[in-house]
Amino acid sequence: MTKIDDMFNFHQSALRLRAQRQEVIASNIANADTPNYKAKDIDFAKALNEAVIASSTAMGGNSTQGVTAQIGEPAPVQYRSAITQASVDGNSVDSEVERNSFIDNALRYEASVGMVNSDIKDMLAVLQNS
Amino acid sequence: MSSLFNVLNISGSAMSAQSQRLNTVASNLANVDSAAGPDGKPYKAKQVVFSEVAQSVGASGVKVSKVIEDKAPFRMEHDPSNPLADENGYVSMPNVNATQEMVNMISTSRAYQNNVETMNAAKSMLLKTLSIGQG
Repeated sequence: MTKIDDMFNFHQSALRLRAQRQEVIASNIANADTPNYKAKDIDFAKALNEAVIASSTAMGGNSTQGVTAQIGEPAPVQYRSAITQASVDGNSVDSEVERNSFIDNALRYEASVGMVNSDIKDMLAVLQNS
Repeated sequence: MSSLFNVLNISGSAMSAQSQRLNTVASNLANVDSAAGPDGKPYKAKQVVFSEVAQSVGASGVKVSKVIEDKAPFRMEHDPSNPLADENGYVSMPNVNATQEMVNMISTSRAYQNNVETMNAAKSMLLKTLSIGQG
């Protein structure tokens, strides 16, 4: 079971973090006209790395711990480092940057979903061959 | 946990805030020549003020925190035949800046469109997620 757990765990963490990032970017787009709002983002690579390490150490323990460790912590949200100057009203959202990140993140989310699906298909193929 | 459902809430809040902004733009443009309101004074331009509403960790929606009246002075128009004219023949007209309102309207409609797109993207992601493992 550990192999299957590992496989789904990785995809689960990736999808969860992608969904969280999508939410943060949606909040940036929604607040594009809010005074004093600062654009935020999460460090996806770092968060996924930490989630994978956390789940693999939890899996090393007994199996009941492994199940609770699957409910991951949300990644820390950081302010996006300002490349451009903020507006006079203190808002630091750059709509174009946010739209690009939003589309990029949505595509990567769907790619992850596609990978889960193909893994499931592979597994079904193995089961049906026996 | 339900990050993608939260996206729907966030863009929904932004859409209703932006449509309220469009409402004030419509009101300002409609009253650009209303020299006398119910209180006998000229119409004052109204502007909305947005503020963020915490939705979950790090993500927030938008709401209209207040509607303020523009402090700009009234436009004085010389029209001695108008019954509202003062002793020098000037009529106080609303302080609506039509150009500014038109720009505001375009900005509002773009922001609204952005949020509609956000909502559609979240919807298609949710539907894809629901179909995991179905072939």
